[in-house]
Amino acid sequence: MFDGADALLLARIQFAFTVSFHFIFPAFSIGLASYLAVLEGLWLRTGRDLYLDLFRYWLKIFAVAFAMGVVSGLVMSYQFGTNWAVFSDKAGPVIGPLMAYEVLTAFFLEAGFLGVMLFGMERVGRKLHFTATLMVAAGTFVSAFWILSVNSWMQTPQGFETGANGQFLPGDSWIEIIFNPSFPYRLVHTVIAAYLTTAFAVGGVGAWHLLRDRGNLHARKMFSMAMWMAALVAPVQIFMGDAHGLNTLEHQPAKVMAMEGHFQSHPDGAPLILFGIPDQEAQKVHLAIEVPKLSSLILKHALDAPLAGLDTIAPADQPPVGIVFWAFRIMVALGFGMLGIGLWSLLARARGKLYAWPWLHRAALVMAPSGFVAVIAGWVTTEVGRQPWAVYGLLRTADAASPLAAPAVGASLLGFVIVYFVCFSIGTWYILRLMKKAPQPHEGGVEQSESGPVRTAGVTPGPARHEARRGEGTDRP
Amino acid sequence: MTVNFDLTTIWAFIIAFGVFAYVVMDGFDLGIGILFPTFRVGEGRNRAMNAIAPVWDGNETWLVLGGGGLFAAFPLAYAVILPATYPLIIAMLLGLVFRGVAFEFRWRDPAHRKYWDFAFFAGSLVAALAQGMTLGAILQGIEVADRAYAGSWWDWLTPYTLLTGLGVVAGYALLGACWLVWKLDGSAQDHAFKVAKRAAVATLAMLGAVSLYTPLLDETYWRRWFEAPGIYFASQVPLLTLIIAVLLFRSLAKRRDVAPFWLALGLFLLGMAGLGVSMWPYVVPDALTIWDAAAPERSQVFMLVGVAITMPLIIAYTGWAYWVFRGKVGAEGYH
Repeated sequence: MFDGADALLLARIQFAFTVSFHFIFPAFSIGLASYLAVLEGLWLRTGRDLYLDLFRYWLKIFAVAFAMGVVSGLVMSYQFGTNWAVFSDKAGPVIGPLMAYEVLTAFFLEAGFLGVMLFGMERVGRKLHFTATLMVAAGTFVSAFWILSVNSWMQTPQGFETGANGQFLPGDSWIEIIFNPSFPYRLVHTVIAAYLTTAFAVGGVGAWHLLRDRGNLHARKMFSMAMWMAALVAPVQIFMGDAHGLNTLEHQPAKVMAMEGHFQSHPDGAPLILFGIPDQEAQKVHLAIEVPKLSSLILKHALDAPLAGLDTIAPADQPPVGIVFWAFRIMVALGFGMLGIGLWSLLARARGKLYAWPWLHRAALVMAPSGFVAVIAGWVTTEVGRQPWAVYGLLRTADAASPLAAPAVGASLLGFVIVYFVCFSIGTWYILRLMKKAPQPHEGGVEQSESGPVRTAGVTPGPARHEARRGEGTDRP
Repeated sequence: MTVNFDLTTIWAFIIAFGVFAYVVMDGFDLGIGILFPTFRVGEGRNRAMNAIAPVWDGNETWLVLGGGGLFAAFPLAYAVILPATYPLIIAMLLGLVFRGVAFEFRWRDPAHRKYWDFAFFAGSLVAALAQGMTLGAILQGIEVADRAYAGSWWDWLTPYTLLTGLGVVAGYALLGACWLVWKLDGSAQDHAFKVAKRAAVATLAMLGAVSLYTPLLDETYWRRWFEAPGIYFASQVPLLTLIIAVLLFRSLAKRRDVAPFWLALGLFLLGMAGLGVSMWPYVVPDALTIWDAAAPERSQVFMLVGVAITMPLIIAYTGWAYWVFRGKVGAEGYH
């Protein structure tokens, strides 16, 4: 059934599909791991059970999200070889070691301490357990460090030599490779995005429970914490996004032209196209609504600064403009939406109405998934904007693929689509179900909810679970 | 069979260690998955699952190290083997998706637990079978031309690869059963002893069949195993296997808690040694040696520094995590 289809196109769809699905989970777990560390730290410092309850509440959600991140991430580590063999052979000597470092310094750290974090509270004591939580949080960050270095090297490669067999070989300095020009911007922008994604997910859950019961102390606490993040971090993110964009303009101008929808060069001040319908064949934007000279002001900090357009790029080297143009707008719009919620919450807080304005809570609830949409839109912008290159300017995506028959790739793509939709929609539904339940005083841990109230006398709890229950009994009046 | 200890050789041993660590550690996880339907619904299954729940994620990480390490240290081998075994790798990954999410999902949804239990079983079985068949596909040879896989996408499917696939399934089941012997007590442990014996018989039968089949595949294998000087080293492998097999059956008969697992692990170590006899110094037999496929020295050195620093730490904290969850699972339930 795939005989007519292009193996390359199918491989690209497969990569886009699996990596997009995968990234949803780390975007959540990077932020959530840090949030859990903060909650546990506050609990240890203040001794307030409220924080422990929240910790346990979000830990259950974290466990489900993390499992989905692990299994979808494993797929990615093999996808390079299965579908992009030429890329793997050529770029392996440069980016392979960075990915090996990710495994050695991050994945083992996360996975090694995850078991203790989930099940070990009563076995190792509070301090050691907190250490485990910190290690898991550190692992998620270190992982982001390495994989974003890899991605950034593909966007802005430097520090390599070209071997006789066509391979990219590392040059004198690994520092040059790791800290390639776009890496610092991409790292900060992505990690902040993960924090914001989590903040809005947490804030949305808090808002939902506040709408049902304004007096719920747990909901109040999580909503308040999330809104602080939104108010403080959303502006930083917009600032960082701007800096990242300027960096892209310097190193990948064609991508920025596609983001802006600039088919034509503007020698004396380029307009900012707010909306329009890009038409790559005609090389113009239909029905454009534009603000004169604003794009030059944003990108060059001068109204009359000249900006080159896609007319300076050969059609074969242009990225698909429509996708990049729209994905970029979705991301930016959501970013400003987040800023709006943050400012609104500051106003409510200043008036002492943070828990009393249902419209704020409704808005926060609507924005709960905004982070996930924004990060995917952001990745679509940067990855589609990199096309037609796998390694920017050096190796074309079309030349990077494995020598595979279209039916093989088509069948695997079908398999991924079916399995991912089944497993991850059900997993997401389980997460939503956990979120729907209001956090309780004496919130159960991961193990306790395992068989929950339906557990019969015949079911033997493991020692961890057993001790946990006993521990709680002595802990509380 | 000369071994020069250059960087490439060191890396071959590091990858081999990573693969072995994976096979042993996720081997018992997958083995428990394969045996899962034989455990009683309810207590038996819950305890079998709890015996690995805190450690499975760390165990699976060795597979990422295997893939990532091969990519980094032997990029050409990674770029040839994965397209050659494409459907197997995809099947393994999809199997591991089901296996992995089942750990969490079965606790979240008691009403549909039997479906997730089936997903846990089927995912483990498919992943184990695919891993074993991938091994067989590499051993039977891969067509390489111009730095790329040159065969078709069904080359991997032969009677030989089916045999190696089933061999790994049996071996994992043995490891899983022996792990449960160690971690369980009472009637669940009785059951683990019973399946461990059967799995041991199956594993040894498959090991024998694969060992006899492999030298027939290719003259090179024949020479390595049955002609001097190879035979002096190679003949030790089946001898030791026989000794360990006897010890394993004795320890199972005497109902030892811990020894069966370590003896089963010994069998795997010998299997790995046998693999070394057959393959060294090729990574794709008769097509690519480890030196053909190796990354340049700068990549190797950079990573070696990382391995030297992090591997002792990884082993230390992984060991600690196992230590935290030591002892019988659910033992305290029996008051």
